[in-house]
Amino acid sequence: MKINDAFWGVLLMALGAAVLLAVRGYPNIPGQPVGPALFPGLIALGLCAGGALLVWQGWRDRAHGPWLAWEDWVRSPKHARALAFLLGSVVFYILVSDALGFLITAVLMLMALFRSLQVAWGRSAFWAVVATLVVHFAFYKLLRVPLPWGILTPMAW
Amino acid sequence: MWTAVGQAFSMVFEPYTLMVMVFASLYGLFVGSVPGLTATMATALLVPVTFFMPPIPAVAAMVTATAMAIFSGDIPGCLLRIPGTPASAAYTDEAYAMTRKGQAEKALGAGLVFSAVGGLFGTVVLIVAAPALADFALNFSSFEYFWLVLLGLTCAVFISTGSPIKGLMMLCLGLLVACVGLGNPAGFPRFTFGNTEMSGGIGMIAMMIGMFAISEIIRYVVDTSPPAELVVEEVSGVLKGQWALAKKYPKQIMRGSVLGTAVGALPGAGADIAAWMSYAVSKKFSKEPEKFGTGHVEGIVESGSANNSALAGAWIPALVFGIPGDSITAIVIGVLYMKNMNPGPTLFTTNPQNIYAVFLLFIVANLIMIPLGILCIKVAKRILRVPREILMPMIFLFCVVGTFAINNSVFQVGVMLVAGILAYVLEANKFPVAPAILGVVLGGMLEENFITSMIKSNGDLMAFVSRPIALALAILTALVWFAPLLLRVLRKPAVPA
Repeated sequence: MKINDAFWGVLLMALGAAVLLAVRGYPNIPGQPVGPALFPGLIALGLCAGGALLVWQGWRDRAHGPWLAWEDWVRSPKHARALAFLLGSVVFYILVSDALGFLITAVLMLMALFRSLQVAWGRSAFWAVVATLVVHFAFYKLLRVPLPWGILTPMAW
Repeated sequence: MWTAVGQAFSMVFEPYTLMVMVFASLYGLFVGSVPGLTATMATALLVPVTFFMPPIPAVAAMVTATAMAIFSGDIPGCLLRIPGTPASAAYTDEAYAMTRKGQAEKALGAGLVFSAVGGLFGTVVLIVAAPALADFALNFSSFEYFWLVLLGLTCAVFISTGSPIKGLMMLCLGLLVACVGLGNPAGFPRFTFGNTEMSGGIGMIAMMIGMFAISEIIRYVVDTSPPAELVVEEVSGVLKGQWALAKKYPKQIMRGSVLGTAVGALPGAGADIAAWMSYAVSKKFSKEPEKFGTGHVEGIVESGSANNSALAGAWIPALVFGIPGDSITAIVIGVLYMKNMNPGPTLFTTNPQNIYAVFLLFIVANLIMIPLGILCIKVAKRILRVPREILMPMIFLFCVVGTFAINNSVFQVGVMLVAGILAYVLEANKFPVAPAILGVVLGGMLEENFITSMIKSNGDLMAFVSRPIALALAILTALVWFAPLLLRVLRKPAVPA
């Protein structure tokens, strides 16, 4: 996804303006000429100035390229689906890992990813279970990370 | 001093540390030789594991894994024409052309041997320069540190590939991220949106895993180019003829190592830029520049030593000032802080045995690279056949769990995801990532030294340039900023209208 620089410039300027707005109310360190607003304020000014330059550059070069150019994967349902699964699986993990438990969540997540990358059902299932168990052993047993058990709590090992 | 050296030896040659180094070597060789997995990603993925190690083995794991990964990145470059790590990209076409001529073992052998030579050279410079610099830096006050950090960030913006404005914007974004939370001189909650997780700041490790691992996985998933073909079956006898090469190209090896160490030491530029620059230098000064690109080993010798020497060079500012020389040391600095080995000149005086141990680790890592590298080249065919559609999802799960392990919260997993998507999109739009990482790592230090200096001088900006070293650093910083502009102005009259 390649977008004309002017777009990024506007975005950065907006971010800079938002930061300037947010730090307006920050108090100074008592008895000092400076406070927590100074440093982010300076950065925000930088963002605004640089953003403006990018807008100017993007506008100057608008004839040399399209405003928005997509990569090839957008036209390939296979690749677009794989990307959707990839990003979706993290969101899925964040939302349900506590309730479902690590083991079930991770197996489902890996299955979905393998399938979206055209791995056959059998191999997907095999590697999903093996990888989940290995990661669980390494992090839960060896490194003592409290991975959630979720609905499998009664049979926790 | 000798007791400290003795202590360092016993720390490094402890069975546990040696075992960690062997595993880290195999891991680094594997990650480096799989296209799409970079040396920086290898380091980022090691962080959750090193959490649970004592300091020296943790550093050992990172030093060894990165050194191995930078070498083994040459393998797929040579056999598949896909660089395993960006640091090998400069001479991938050359190495592949050699393979087509039936000289794969010569190309890989040169990559291996001169990687080790370059790595050892960089280590020697690190051993000599770092303590001397640290001695000098003991006199630095907040003014000098402010300029030093600013100079480092400036270098990161101007050396990084692509437009300096985009580099500058990425730096600003990184600095802004560093502002989030309570960790500022005033202890005032900034940009937390009332969220308790945010008041602790945005986790650096989660961001790094996102920017260096998740973004690579996204890139793999959406890659529509067809798989590459393996052209050779078996590679053996890689050491044959390397001595003759060393005798033929001593100047090239030296030049590559010196340039690599220097580029590595400059903040923001690492092994990949060192390799590109060295390759170009090699071609420029070669007696037979017309042979470059047709399968000529000279450029591989020079840039192969450059990219490994850059690794050690990057540790010089990292250990002495806490300013990372590349994105790998940016991650390492985070680990050093966690292990109570806070970088800075005092590290050299209070715990010299730790520093000596780091030096020793570099030497050992570069020496064991040769036998392990030969082994890796022998099994290269198998590694390159590892199905990436199985490997990538596993790495992805590892990223998620590793990020969760930082403080057992899924909030960090969210940070990782956002950082990964942002890094992917911004990189696709030619925004360089390195300045952002340096901004995040150094933001706190820059602000602290800035605010402390402002308070000391009661708001008088002249105080920033009233000490001689501070003034020199200020002038240097200004030069980096304005040199490109100045050059353009000076050159203009020469151009005919």
